Amino acid sequence: MRTPISYFVALSAILFAIGTVGVLVRKNALVIFMSVELQLNAVNLALVAFSRMHGNLNGQVLAFLSMVVAAAEVVVGLAIIVNVYRRLHSANVDDASILRW
Amino acid sequence: MAPDHIVFWVFAPISVGSAVAVLFQRNAVHSALFLIVNFFTLAVFYLVLGAPFLFAVQIIVYAGAIMVLFLFVIMLLGVDRDESLVERLKGQRPTAILLGLGLAAEIFVAVRASLGLAKGPADFDQVVNEGGNAEALSRVLFRDYFLPFEVTSILLIVAAVAAMVLAQKRERARTRAEAEAFQVAGPGGGVPT
Repeated sequence: MRTPISYFVALSAILFAIGTVGVLVRKNALVIFMSVELQLNAVNLALVAFSRMHGNLNGQVLAFLSMVVAAAEVVVGLAIIVNVYRRLHSANVDDASILRW
Repeated sequence: MAPDHIVFWVFAPISVGSAVAVLFQRNAVHSALFLIVNFFTLAVFYLVLGAPFLFAVQIIVYAGAIMVLFLFVIMLLGVDRDESLVERLKGQRPTAILLGLGLAAEIFVAVRASLGLAKGPADFDQVVNEGGNAEALSRVLFRDYFLPFEVTSILLIVAAVAAMVLAQKRERARTRAEAEAFQVAGPGGGVPT
């Protein structure tokens, strides 16, 4: 492989920034959640790239564990979104303001 | 041009483009589909980086299971509503895009300063992935990282139970006094719950 590792890390940075913008810009709770997934995946890409750079598999193990955590996070997060939707009849994060004074 | 170079420059624009497309779709289903495209491109990068096991896991777990869950919830909540374009915070969008660009620039500078154009070991597949990536990965996972691996199983069980608890429709528990009053008055009377 002759592609420099920093290309992959830079790509991961771009994807992470796009995910951050998505979390900040969008109002639909589901799309915000997808943007969070984008960020998690960007970090996974960086971890695998670092694993390649250092010549051991610790980064890949960490990426694997983070995938497991992401799966658990998705399950709980979507359950919460469904619950909020049942209560407020909207998936818009602006509507979920009943805790605000 | 080395083959991995070509793969990178073919799939990197697709990856970034699909990630941007996730943000700009009005319909949540389209966002989810573009996100699946993005996951597939990341899987290809894992393959290039010498992680074929994670390539398979990425497609099975992310593009398969997690995105099906997403689409299922989108269908459950209804997709026909358009997102309101009313901004509660003034100038939120420009500020967010500016902050995102700043974040990207910051990480770029950090990557350039710390990594330069570092290359990984050329014999990664022969030395590190000896005997196959899945075998090598399981050697590391079950020796050095055995405890974290077991802890994730607890995490998954907790998440599954939490999802069941959160998703069920809740009725208020009835106290014994209420139950007795209900029995005395018969159905239709008694304490309203």
